[in-house]
Order: sequence, then C-alpha cells, then structure tokens
Amino acid sequence: MSQRQITFEILRYDPETESEPRFQAYCVPCEEEWVVLDALNYIKDNLDGTLSYRWSCHMAVCGSCGMMINGEPMLSCKAFVRDFPNGGSIRVEPLTHFPIERDLVVVMDDFMDKLQAVKPYVIPKKKRTVEDGTYKQTPKQLHQYQQYSMCINCMLCYAACPQYALAPDFIGPAALALTHRYNLDSRDHGRPQRQEVVAAHEGVWECSFVGACSEVCPKDVDPAGAIQQMKIASTVDWYLEHLMPWRRK
Amino acid sequence: METIESDVVIVGAGGAGLRAAIALAEADPGLRVSLLSKVYPMRSHTCAAEGGAAGVAGADDSMDLHFNDTVGGGDWLCDQDAVDFFINEAPKELTRLDHWGCPWSRDKDGRVSVRPFGGMKIKRTWYAADKTGFHLLHTLFQTSLQFESIRRFDEVFTTDLLVVDGKVQGCCAVEMRSGEMKQFLAPAVILCTGGGGRIFPFTTNGAIKTGDGMALAYRAGVPLKDMEFVQYHPTGLPATGILLTEGCRGEGGVLRNKDGYRYLQDYGMGPETPLGETVLKTMELGPRDRLSQAFWHEQQKGNTVPTKWGDCVLLDMTHLGEKKIHERLPFVQELAHAYASVDIVKEAVPIRPVVHYMMGGIHTDINAATPLPGLFAAGECACVSINGANRLGSNSLTELLVFGKRAAESAAEYVRSAAPKTDRAAADQQASAAEARVRALFERTEGAETMTAIRNAMTHTMETGAGIYRDEAMLTDTVNTLADLRSRRSGIALRDKSKVFNTEFTQLLELDNMLDVAQAVAVSALARKESRGSHQRLDYVERNDDTYLKHSMAHYQGEDAPRIDYLDVVITKSRPGVRDYSGAKS
Ligand SMILES: Cc1cc2nc3c(=O)[nH]c(=O)nc-3n(C[C@H](O)[C@H](O)[C@H](O)COP(=O)(O)OP(=O)(O)OC[C@H]3O[C@@H](n4cnc5c(N)ncnc54)[C@H](O)[C@@H]3O)c2cc1C
Ligand code: SF4
Ligand code: FES
Repeated sequence: MSQRQITFEILRYDPETESEPRFQAYCVPCEEEWVVLDALNYIKDNLDGTLSYRWSCHMAVCGSCGMMINGEPMLSCKAFVRDFPNGGSIRVEPLTHFPIERDLVVVMDDFMDKLQAVKPYVIPKKKRTVEDGTYKQTPKQLHQYQQYSMCINCMLCYAACPQYALAPDFIGPAALALTHRYNLDSRDHGRPQRQEVVAAHEGVWECSFVGACSEVCPKDVDPAGAIQQMKIASTVDWYLEHLMPWRRK
Repeated sequence: METIESDVVIVGAGGAGLRAAIALAEADPGLRVSLLSKVYPMRSHTCAAEGGAAGVAGADDSMDLHFNDTVGGGDWLCDQDAVDFFINEAPKELTRLDHWGCPWSRDKDGRVSVRPFGGMKIKRTWYAADKTGFHLLHTLFQTSLQFESIRRFDEVFTTDLLVVDGKVQGCCAVEMRSGEMKQFLAPAVILCTGGGGRIFPFTTNGAIKTGDGMALAYRAGVPLKDMEFVQYHPTGLPATGILLTEGCRGEGGVLRNKDGYRYLQDYGMGPETPLGETVLKTMELGPRDRLSQAFWHEQQKGNTVPTKWGDCVLLDMTHLGEKKIHERLPFVQELAHAYASVDIVKEAVPIRPVVHYMMGGIHTDINAATPLPGLFAAGECACVSINGANRLGSNSLTELLVFGKRAAESAAEYVRSAAPKTDRAAADQQASAAEARVRALFERTEGAETMTAIRNAMTHTMETGAGIYRDEAMLTDTVNTLADLRSRRSGIALRDKSKVFNTEFTQLLELDNMLDVAQAVAVSALARKESRGSHQRLDYVERNDDTYLKHSMAHYQGEDAPRIDYLDVVITKSRPGVRDYSGAKS
C-alpha cells in the first residue's frame, strides 16, 4: 500500500469566536486513490472534529463539495491527491466570491436566488394532461439542450468568474446556462418570459467572455458557450424588434 | 424560539419530498407548505440514482406483467393492493415528469426509450442516460420553484416530532446556519427523509443517508416495518462504494470470477447467454439479491480476485465497444476512470456487493399514512410495502413519485377534514424540552468514548453479523454489540461548541439515529427464522410461508431492544410461488 504524508493547510473561520479567517495545518497519511475529500474526512474523524465542510455523494454528482484547492475551484471529491505535486502541501479554502459561513462552508443565498430568478421550469404553450401522453422529442431535439441540463449547481463557475467578482448582481454562468437549457427545450415556450431577465443589464451583456467558467466546470456544461449563444439570440431579437418589426412573431 | 406555522410540514426535499410539495401546491395553492431539508434540495441522494424508473410503456407490456415481476421479485412479501396501485400510477407519474422537462432518453421517432433492468421481464425502465435520479431530482426541484405556497427551509436539521394527545403537531429543527432551534407547527407532517445505508461500511449511500426520519417516527411510537431486508447492489466499486449502475448489465456487461468464468450459471441463473446478448431475468439480469449471494459463494470457494480493498469479481463491458459505452454509459465510464483508474472500454472493473437500499422503513398503509394521526411518510424512509423482501431495481424512483404524491393527497385531506386544533401550550412545552435536550449535548464532559470509534464499531458489526448471509450466532453477537454501543453513546462529548454550521453536532444526532435504526435491523433479522429475498439465513435456508409470510414490526422500547411483532401481508391475486431466474423456462 502506497501511502503519502501530505500537509493540508485549511482555512478555518468561526464567526462566533474569530474576527477573521486563519489557516490550520494537518498532516494526513493519504492513500494513493484518495481525493481531497477523503483527507478532510480523515481529519474530521481522527484529528479534529471541529472542521466543517459540506459533502454527501462522494461521486461528483450532488454538487456539495466545491472548494478552492491550491487556488483553483474544484470538487474535493474529484480532486485526486496523486495529481498534486509530491512533497508540497495542499491548500484548501472555501469557494471564493462567496461570503464564508464557517470554515469551508460558504453562504449560498445569492446563487439560490439567481437560480430561481431565471424561471428554470417548462413553461408550456398549452397545459398538457397525462391523457395527452408524453411529448415527442427526437434525439436531435434532446441533444440541443442536453449538455446544459447537466449542471450540478456546484458553483465552481461562479468562483472562477472574474465578472461575478466585480459585479455580484451578474446572474452568472450556471443560472444563464440553465436559462438556455429551458429556452432550447422543444417542450418549452417560456423564452420571452426569461428573455427579460437575460437581456437586462445583469444578464448576458455583463459577461466579458473570459471563458473561465467552462474551463472549471466538472460536468462539461460549457456555460460560456451558452452565454455566447444567448447574446447572439438577444441581438437577433433586437434587430427583429427595431429594424424589421413586421418579421416579429 | 421562533415558531413557523403552516398546514403541512414536509421533512426531506429529495425526490419524494419535492414530489409531495408539488402535489400539495397543485392541489390547493392556499395550503401553506414548509419544506425542510438538512441539505439543499439538489444535494439529496436521489441525485445519485443512475439506472432509471420503471413504468409500463410499450405495447408488449402490461400492468399484470409489472405486477408479477414486482411481487415475485419481492419474494411475496409485498402488499399486493399497494403494488397494484403503484403499477397503475407509475406511467402517469413518469409522463408528468416528461411534461416538467425531464430529459428522458428517446427513440429515433421521439418517443421515450425504455431499457431492460434486472428482475424485469419486459423492457420498462425509463431513463435519462445514466443520470436518471440526477435529472429527476433537478427537474422536480426546478419545477417546485414556480410555486409560491412552498416555503423552503434549507439546511435545517429535524430533531424531534411534536406529538400532543396522540396526534402529530409539527416538528422541531435546528437551523444549521445559526444553531437555533425552530418550532414548525402543523397538523400534518410528511417524512421523506430517505434511507439509512450509512449503518453499513460499504455502501452506495451518501453521507446524509443516516435513517433520521425512520428514527424520528420510531421514537414517536410508529413501528418500523421489515427492517431486516437490506439490499446489496452486486456492482459497487470496492474502495468508495460508488455504484456502477445495473444499466451496465442491462446493456450487456457480464460478471466473471478470477478465472474469467461467468459464474452466475452455477447459481441457478444459467444457461450462459451469448456475449453481448441479454436475456431478461437470466444470468447478469437476475435479481440483485441472487447476484450478491453468488458473490459470497464464489468468495467462499476462493474464486474471487483479491484487491487492496478486499475480494472482488470482475464486471466486463469490453465487448460492448467504445461507441455504445460512450452513448449509453458515459457516467459509468467517467466513474470507473476517476475512482478505479480503469478504462471500461479496454478492461474489466473489479467490483463487489455494497449496501444499497433499505426495503424496510416507517410503517405506512396504502395511503402513505402511518398509525400516528397526522404523520405520513413516503420514499425510501417508508415501507408501504411495494418492495417486499427485495426491491426490483428502478421501482424506487417511481415509488418516490407515486407515494410522494399520495402522501400529499392524504395529508391535504387530513388537514381539511380533521383540521385538528393545535394545542399550542403542549406543543411549546415539547419544543422547549427538545431544545433543552439538544443544549445538553454540548454540556457533556469529555470521556473515553469517541464518535468515530462507536460509528466504526457499528458499521463493522452490521457487516459481519447482518450482511449478505446471517445466522443465529452472528446476529446475536451483532445485537449484543449494538446494545452495548447504544449504552455507551451518551459518553460522546462534543469538542465543537460553535452554534454555526456545527457538523460535529449534526453527526452526533445522525449517529444516534443510526444506532436506533441498526438495532431495529439486527433484532428483526434475528427474529425472522427463514430465508426470503435479501434476508438469507445460513441456519434457516428455506422460505417458510406458514410462519413468516408476514411483515415484521419493530416497536421502540427506549434503551431496551425493540419488541417485534408481525402483520399479515396483503395478498389479492398472486399466491407465493417459486422465484425462478433460470433462462430455461422464460
Ligand atoms: C447510487 C444509487 C443509485 C440508485 N439508482 C436507482 C435507480 O436507478 N432506480 C431506482 O429506482 N432507484 C435507485 N436508487 C434508489 C433511489 O435513488 C432512492 O431510494 C431514492 O432516491 C430515495 O429518495 P428519497 O426522496 O426517499 O430520499 P433522498 O433523496 O435521500 O432525500 C432525503 C431528504 O431528506 C432530508 N433529510 C434527511 N434527514 C433529515 C433531517 N434529520 N432533517 C431534515 N431533512 C432531512 C435530506 O436532506 C434529503 O433532502 C439508487 C440509490 C443509490 C444510492
Ligand atoms: S455550470 Fe458547471 S461549474 Fe457551474 S455550477 Fe453547473 S456544473 Fe458547476
Ligand atoms: S460530495 Fe457530492 S459532489 Fe462532491
């Protein structure tokens, strides 16, 4: 069994007793197959029960465990210790751009509000009943939006986004990708309603297209691509409305 | 203490809880719904389900066939009236999911595709690639966001039910952000808290699956039903317990022992099917309990592959080819690559059986009502029972929907008709007592006991004594160990005194719940002197319908072990028969 002693420098902060965050170091005997989350669990179970962080699935699907690991936003259950340089320590901090609630736990209120704001649900043309049966949707139509439906709400893209850092009102990558997901779904007719949110100042136009969101996304959602496509769509809308009003549906 | 009044409180915002919330909002927007969850809804473990959700779809299928597969698969311990109801509602619920935007995988003509699944004779499992639970959960969560009557309380940990004069009056919960206890008053409570696989060491269940709701109901006097029935999934990754979906075998993956031999043919599931061809209910598509038991026998014979993480067998998908794997099993490919360093296109993956699902749970009737007035339950925490002694894969995602909705309808009706007045003073008093009890946990003085040691001892004794195979001696040992651990748990002190997001504190509450639930499992298993479905006794190898065609009911007895009694199974049309999974006959 190959074990490696690795030092983890972990941000600690308890708002009840501390005025600002500090770092605490823990030396952990790591197995070859371990991810950073395994090391955190080792610390919690064996070294220091007071460490707080979120996790559940340990399989990169619940989206709980996003953290800054050596400065990069990552899922700690998918960050293998073997991928970090030998001999160095690993620094673990809460996701940046969010207020810290405690230790590695961030306040998620803003993100949750933004998800809700984009109306992420099917808005049908006409209400369908069970007797009407399922919609027909070809594999091609499914493919149109499928990628954008893979978001696990891990918020890594918000931690990577320079624009969200500057303008916290910006709706941000994941919520915009989700908007796009419903806009592209053949069962949905809610784009005009969502368009108000998207075309507003805090919507797509805020994005400076750095593309950092798509780079860090663990699920290949490509929010940057979604935002780009929506900008084009919004531009087309504008032209239709202002230059060729008779063409508007 | 802050008090929040509503008409219905739902504890748990996974698939079952969200479905219940939507059903309440749709039925009557005037009903005030409080939806409590110890994690943000989309973190609920429903997201981990991969394979799919069962419901009759094709012209070649029928309600009777789904019924027979479910009842036979459950080794006749299912209540047949409940199964009937379930089967009939299933396609409707899956259709609703389609209307709400679930990205179901599709056939070329645009219709929803169905795939084969273990123990199902006909293809009837609807799926969204290999992330069905994930899509189901997110579809429900996102759909729920449009209803103003649903008020969410995220990261709120429920600690107690409030019961006054034999009626539920709400619950108490600690808001994790502030550490403050809150009182949720309502005449009806629906528990949707999921399973408790974390009482075992190797499990596909996430950290949050600690049986909380089961323990809440149990301590409030509601019996836990059929707790001895714990399903192992035959194909988990050994180090982490991560599941490789049954879809692997549905698509044609095969199981081999250390000699490359497809050993299932030696355990009544043959004859061997040609590579890449699947025959439903045969060989690799046999039911989960049989497959896990075959592993145990191979291990006894020394036919397994030793790995650093214990004995394994091999799941081989190499003959499926890169294209099919990429199209149908992308998540499996990703998981095996990340967590086992195996490229499934080129090599077989070492796997072993891991604890997956609890058939047992809070005793409910066909209306999702428990015997305690005002208390309802749905999803994995409940036992209706449609799963009997062994759940068929892909029945439970559908169960969340069907019985989540049913619980909502029953609760709404209860609130409207009985409209029982809340006895405010008595409820307040209980809430204060609950708060005092929680506060006292922080005052314990540090002694020799640690949370980690007690938790490890619990999972270890469950695996060794109440695992795939059981007998009197092993179970007695486990029952004694659990009694000892339960008496020692009050010696665990909290080092973390903070009120803010104190996970040491919530882990302690979870450990308490797990110990109670584990004891119900072990004591029920010791009492059932027969083998049925997932409950296999080495000392009583036959099924015994004369004595045990009955649900076990574990009643909470405080610090003592539970009292077990029995309830008749509802049989409407299918008399117990032989579970036959050989390909010879079908
Ligand atoms: C890896 C895996 C794969 C699976 N694949 C399939 C499949 O393909 N097909 C199938 O049919 N089934 C499958 N299952 C089974 C199925 O997914 C589960 O049975 C089901 O999702 C459980 O849903 P639930 O709503 O009952 O609970 P969960 O989704 O577990 O949700 C429980 C909820 O209760 C809340 N909660 C718990 N305790 C408390 C508390 N004390 N206070 C407040 N809130 C609390 C949690 O926060 C959470 O919101 C799979 C299971 C696993 C683990
Ligand atoms: S888009 Fe990607 S990075 Fe952003 S929240 Fe979704 S899954 Fe995470
Ligand atoms: S623990 Fe679920 S995504 Fe990491």
